Amino acid sequence: MNRHRAWRACHDAAARWRMRRRQLLAALPLALLGLGARAQYAPVRRGTRLSFPRDHGAHPDYRTEWWYLTGWVTDPAGRDLGIQITFFRNRPLLQEANPSPFAPRQLLFAHAAVADPREGSLLHDQRAARAGLGLAEAGTHTTDVRLDDWSLVLEHDTYRSRIVSRAFGMELRFVATQAPMLQGVAGFSRKGEREAQASHYYSRPHLATEGDLTLHGRQVAVRGSAWLDHEWSSTILDERAAGWDWIGINLHDGGALMLFRIRGRDGGVLYVGGGLRDGRGRFRSLDRAEVAFEPLRTWRSPRTNVDYPVAMRVRAAGAQWVLQPLMDDQELDSRASTGTIYWEGAVRAMREGREVGRGYLELTGYWQPLRV
Amino acid sequence: MPPAALLLGPLLQDRLRVLVALFAIALGVALGYAVQIVNGAAVREFAHALQGFSGEADLSVRGPRSGFDQSVYPAIARLPQVAVASPVLEVQAQVSGRKEPLRVVGLDVFRAARIQPFLLAQADDFMDALRADTVFLSPAAREWLGLDIGDALPLQVGMREVRLRVAGWLPAQGTRARVAVMDIAAAQWVLQRQGVLSRVDLQLRPGADPAQAREAIAALVPAGVQVDSPDSAVEATGRMTRAYRINLNVLALVALFTGGLLVFSTQALSVVRRRAQLALLRVLGFTRRKLVAQLLLEGLLVGAAGAALGVVLGFALAAGVLRVVGADLGAGHFRGVEAAPSLELGAIAVFFLLGTGAALLGSLLPALEAARARPAAALKAGDEGSAFARLGRVGPGVLLLALAAVCVQQPAVADLPLFGYLAIALMLIGTILLLPRLLAVLLRLLPAPGGVAPTLALAQLRNAPGPASVSLASIVAAISLTVSMAIMVASFRQSLEDWLDRVLPADLYVRAGVAGDTAFLDAQDQQRIASLAGVRRAEFLRAEQLLLDPRRPAVTLLARDIEPGAAAQRLPLVGRALDVPGGAAAAWVSEMMVDVFGMRVGDRVELPVAGRPASFIVAGVWRDYARQNGALIIPRALYRELSGDERVTDAALWFEPGADAVAVSSALRTALPGGERLEISRPGELRELSLGIFDRSFAATYALEAAAIVIGLFGLSSSVTAQALARRREFGMLRHVGMTRGQVAGMLTAEGLLISAVGLLVGSFLGWVISLVLIHVVNRQSFHWGMDLHMPWLGLAGFGAVMLLLSTLAARVSARHALRMDAVRAVREDW
Repeated sequence: MNRHRAWRACHDAAARWRMRRRQLLAALPLALLGLGARAQYAPVRRGTRLSFPRDHGAHPDYRTEWWYLTGWVTDPAGRDLGIQITFFRNRPLLQEANPSPFAPRQLLFAHAAVADPREGSLLHDQRAARAGLGLAEAGTHTTDVRLDDWSLVLEHDTYRSRIVSRAFGMELRFVATQAPMLQGVAGFSRKGEREAQASHYYSRPHLATEGDLTLHGRQVAVRGSAWLDHEWSSTILDERAAGWDWIGINLHDGGALMLFRIRGRDGGVLYVGGGLRDGRGRFRSLDRAEVAFEPLRTWRSPRTNVDYPVAMRVRAAGAQWVLQPLMDDQELDSRASTGTIYWEGAVRAMREGREVGRGYLELTGYWQPLRV
Repeated sequence: MPPAALLLGPLLQDRLRVLVALFAIALGVALGYAVQIVNGAAVREFAHALQGFSGEADLSVRGPRSGFDQSVYPAIARLPQVAVASPVLEVQAQVSGRKEPLRVVGLDVFRAARIQPFLLAQADDFMDALRADTVFLSPAAREWLGLDIGDALPLQVGMREVRLRVAGWLPAQGTRARVAVMDIAAAQWVLQRQGVLSRVDLQLRPGADPAQAREAIAALVPAGVQVDSPDSAVEATGRMTRAYRINLNVLALVALFTGGLLVFSTQALSVVRRRAQLALLRVLGFTRRKLVAQLLLEGLLVGAAGAALGVVLGFALAAGVLRVVGADLGAGHFRGVEAAPSLELGAIAVFFLLGTGAALLGSLLPALEAARARPAAALKAGDEGSAFARLGRVGPGVLLLALAAVCVQQPAVADLPLFGYLAIALMLIGTILLLPRLLAVLLRLLPAPGGVAPTLALAQLRNAPGPASVSLASIVAAISLTVSMAIMVASFRQSLEDWLDRVLPADLYVRAGVAGDTAFLDAQDQQRIASLAGVRRAEFLRAEQLLLDPRRPAVTLLARDIEPGAAAQRLPLVGRALDVPGGAAAAWVSEMMVDVFGMRVGDRVELPVAGRPASFIVAGVWRDYARQNGALIIPRALYRELSGDERVTDAALWFEPGADAVAVSSALRTALPGGERLEISRPGELRELSLGIFDRSFAATYALEAAAIVIGLFGLSSSVTAQALARRREFGMLRHVGMTRGQVAGMLTAEGLLISAVGLLVGSFLGWVISLVLIHVVNRQSFHWGMDLHMPWLGLAGFGAVMLLLSTLAARVSARHALRMDAVRAVREDW
């Protein structure tokens, strides 16, 4: 699942819910449903102070939320691998008055992928469940997301994640080495021209990663560095959007770079933003004038014939980096679950031919504009 | 190969008889094949539907109809052996204004996606799969309800109506049953089933030991909840219909048997008639073997033609039945399943071979007889009688009857009364083998009649009983089968009437809904009903389904307002009843529970009520014609105490003197919220309805009885014709010595009358014995319900008289027809 898709799904759900609510109320006696006051999503507000560890936990009042882990690890033989672990939370605003523990008040999704150049394409799996009954839960005190036998849990400064799948498995620890990087203005991150189009968003770059990876039944010890995004929101992405590009790069000098741009259906760019923390820990939020994405090379998927700009030049705050993929084919087909195909891959950040950082690039909306 | 003329000649000469035999075989094959197709289609669809419901599950956790506590689900899902657990709430919902329930399946789409993909709709808006008010219909449900996307599906819950929105369709390659799928939480909420599930389907982790997983799960689930492979539900369904299916197949076998018998009588008499001709063939160089082959080929030809015709007719019949009546053959087993007939080569081959085989067997004995005859003797006139000398032996017949006596003592085999059917077959064949001797004995008892024709007829039958026995056989078979069926049906119907009188003592019956289990009356509704003007007493009933054995259909638990002391007068008890000591819980069980679950009066039995085992003492056994899968009655107060559930589905009302049904009914409808949805019936209406259903179900047997009679009459008429032709020389001689043609015809008619009288006597007696087997062995073992013997004397007497009249007429017409040739030619034929 990709971020954009999640935003969209939530938006659609809410819109339809509003439309159908009248019919629903006409159909069922009010008393039967126990619908008293109308439930609503909590709004994202500028000036909200994030406080930890509470804000590491879930925010069930908001429409959607994710914990998005991406990273580079190296096996004992020195081979580089990309890893991606994502937990999504979604509040569809359905059946909230239903006393049943099965009521789909909160939905949880998870995706995991391993980019192994020897494989040539992603190893990928996913899980989905409604929260409840202790089988799938997103805790509110700190990061504590569990979906059957998949989990991501924060204890002190260490995230632990366990992913079990047919083709691969992960048992990884991610130790925070830096303070959370609050994106935008103190964690208030604009996503569009309108003030309402925003999220609460912080990143945790430079997570020291180690643990075991199981690939086709063979277990290998790995270590490396990862990046975690935690973002939650209730608001709507621009309806003219086709998709978005996003990067999160751990720079070797200890700095961290996050950039995104939202592309319009007309091929133009609707919104651009980002944040750069330098090696000494100084953060600056980047706006439209300071950020640019320039595709350098496209790769055509043999499965879908979609062209992805897998190599890019990005500019931010007067500097520029060239992004080169760990491998070209990091296309992720999630039509079966979330209905879309996108590219989510490990990339190297180069400057003057030298690797200065490693991170992930996300390219959505290239296959088809995300459905409104 | 003999020349075609040699083969077809005799067949063409006996056109009528051959045709009748051919049609009898066609009828048997058609009936059997049609039953096979219809049931095959229905069972296949049902199994398919059930498999679709449980999808790729390795194990299925199932419980009582009203469900079990949902807390079982997370406990099971967390077991290390379990890969995926999919919780299901399944409810038979009352659709407003419909007589049949709709299966509503509540699913967790996220779990079902991995086990039951065919129950997931491709929704335009994924959220529709999670809304409280949306359902997805299977193609069959869509057609049945005639709804389109966006339309409202009105369901009755309690006494209220809930309207759901049709949001889409289930995939066409999925279930063919009538199903509506919705979100599991929504189903619990909207259908008022909070806190319960009806099933959890499981997929085990690769490498997990199923037996171990089963044990681990069994330790977690409450009483009354069973773990088994999903196939057991299919098996249970198969079991539910198997007895019905087999009984229909046996009817088909009866028709085949009659057909074989007709071939036998046709061939036997044809062989007699062609005795000289066949002897000539022997003299001309035909070996015995060749002659037998030749005669068998004739039978084979008739059989094959009949069987082929039967297969075609059977398929047409099945297609028609499936379209018009539905796959349940009117028995209500496959409600909501749409089935299509399918051509299966295996089934076609089996029924074709059965039909051909019956004809072949029928022609075997006459062929062997013809081959055994010495050509020299057979070439001489007047040798016909010796052909059947062998039929006079008593030993085999007595042996078969003795075997039949042993068979009726045997228990069911795999729930089927196989020995009962075998006994009936043995009785029939044994009696037929004994017929020549019986005929001789019975005729000896007759006084010497006056008049030329009767005297000659009697003398003929006494001295040459062989040929007569052949025609007698078809009459005895037809009459015994008809009589046995008539007695059984009459006994069943009378027993049902008596039973209805016992179980419908109240003045008015009220039901929350017509079908399904979403309609109910809550405590307040019950209060309102009980305090209605004109109502002296109101008794309530709550029905629940318990799964005592996952491989059998669920049994019904009826929680009724019943005083232990009053059971004897209120329930249709059979056998002794027990006074249960105060404090102990009493249960009254249906006969099925005795036969299948071995419950006996005085036994202490444990029943899972609301997830907990409760101990009961079997206080009595009652007869239940309504629930074939077994039923138990317990006091409702006890059920309420055990389950905390106040809801009821039915009420029986007794009136104050002077109150009338119309007034109370309209008061009911106005006093209860949603009262217009109540199903209110007077006992008379329920009685009529039940008897109507009974008569419809047995219509097929009436038709078969009629067919048997027609076949019997044809058998008689054709054998009289054959005899008349075979004895031309004798008649010529009689005419020569001065008898008129009328006198000869009279003689033949008298022979026919004598034969049918004897056939009637023997057939009726045999029929009575067979009816006892049908009642006490076949029905009891198939359906587990008892019935009392009721002889339909008047009907039987009328039937006998008509049979006698018809057979005499048939004999007379046949004789006259055969005698239409002059005396001179007849004598000239005798060299």
